[in-house]
Amino acid sequence: MPGDTIPDDAIPDDAIPGMAMLRARARLLSSAREFFAARAVLEVDTPILGDGLVVESHIDPIPCQVRSGSGAPLPRHLLTSPEGPMKRLLAAGSGPIYQFAHAFRDGEQGRRHATEFTMLEWYRPGFDHHELMAEVEALVQTLVPRVAKSTFTRRTYREVFIEGAGIDPFATSLPELRATCERLDVPTPPNFEQGSLDDALDLLLVSYIEPTLGTPVPTFVHEYPASQAALAQVHTSDEGHAVAQRFELYIDGLELVNGYHELADAEEQRLRFEQANRDREASGRSPLPIDELLIASLQNGFPACAGVALGFDRLLMVATEAKHIDDVRCS
Amino acid sequence: MASYGTSDFKKGLKVQLDGEPYLIVDLDFMKPGKGQAVYRIKVKNMISGRVLDKSYRSGDSIDGADVEDKEMQFLYKDGINYHFMDGESFEQFELTPAQVGDSGKWLVEEMQCEIVFYNGSPITCSPPNHVDLKVTYTEPGAKGNSTGNVQKPATVSTGAELMVPVFINLDDTVRIDTRTGEYVERVTKS
Repeated sequence: MPGDTIPDDAIPDDAIPGMAMLRARARLLSSAREFFAARAVLEVDTPILGDGLVVESHIDPIPCQVRSGSGAPLPRHLLTSPEGPMKRLLAAGSGPIYQFAHAFRDGEQGRRHATEFTMLEWYRPGFDHHELMAEVEALVQTLVPRVAKSTFTRRTYREVFIEGAGIDPFATSLPELRATCERLDVPTPPNFEQGSLDDALDLLLVSYIEPTLGTPVPTFVHEYPASQAALAQVHTSDEGHAVAQRFELYIDGLELVNGYHELADAEEQRLRFEQANRDREASGRSPLPIDELLIASLQNGFPACAGVALGFDRLLMVATEAKHIDDVRCS
Repeated sequence: MASYGTSDFKKGLKVQLDGEPYLIVDLDFMKPGKGQAVYRIKVKNMISGRVLDKSYRSGDSIDGADVEDKEMQFLYKDGINYHFMDGESFEQFELTPAQVGDSGKWLVEEMQCEIVFYNGSPITCSPPNHVDLKVTYTEPGAKGNSTGNVQKPATVSTGAELMVPVFINLDDTVRIDTRTGEYVERVTKS
């Protein structure tokens, strides 16, 4: 029985506020560890305080100043995910690895967001994104009893926009997206026209399409536009569009995972980090130091692999039917 | 005039949109995995009561509402309208039941309220967050049922009705949160 190692009877659920939630989290952690142990994936524990970063246009790390043993100031950041350090292990030949890590994203707070949260991240050498989607499905079925018997659906980014909003995201324009928002009663921000096409697609996705995704069965969305590839490989889709080998999983409108068939090209990776820094500066935010160790490890030969990050607090929200992320986290 | 960025958004903030004063009544932070954050707010027009949805991105800002808040004393209700007095100038103002809204059920004479003025005229009123009112009607509570979350209806001196714990008796004074209309605690026992 998964999660059998959690002492159920020692302290009753109503002994302290939140006891039932502590136990639900412990059971989920324990079951996930059993899942990976059975598949010979090694648990690792990497630093969350770093100097170089996986630079992203819209994700802000928390800067902090630490001092060396001699008292010299060392600028550091609390990492937005354990991706950099884990990829360095993969490059060194660790084989398949997973980690429960606390991740930090400045300025993210709401019903589904917390500045500090728990991420379950894992990497599978030799897998592509489709094989990894199958493993994500097996894990979520193991951890969330109510979807244990569901067959998860897979929809392309293009399909969810056509079905959900009546537009083709690969053949659209800002004027068409504005008209679509007006037709669907989605309020547009004041500087809509100054934003990029991806910003406008994101607005429509989170405001209108997302709430319908993953109902009644969990849904993977894949084949994102190449401009939203981040750290995923890009290829040409059956319809002839440049798409990222990237996927997300939704359950009841909640985004749970983001996965990639990982980019292994060091030069391409550097160009994307530099582009992300230009995007940051264009929107008035400071550029960030690039994870040079990651670039170097890609240069030395990175195994073909797929990797995925799962928002563990959100999975706990799904498992316990909690409405707010603060309801599943210790305060 | 004050200008508010998305990081200042919160419930109760008064902002100016399309030349009219609005109150933020709800907000939601939305963000796709790798994409840009969207701050969605629900705002209520402080004059017409109309509710709108608006979206903003980080870096956007809104002007503060061009309104003035004044502390005033509630004098009386004349059968239709509510009368208030400025304690410094002794000037008196009248608000309609629509302008007073739900706040009306907590008002007792001499209570200090916050009146919002727009273009020199009063548009809404807020009573203090907590008011103490005497219970004028409630059924006796059943013996042995004084623990837990069991509640019963009660009427207070202003005529407002709310749910109170079963141990509350006639003539007890109770503290009420006017923002939610909920019982907070017993202040004095009859």
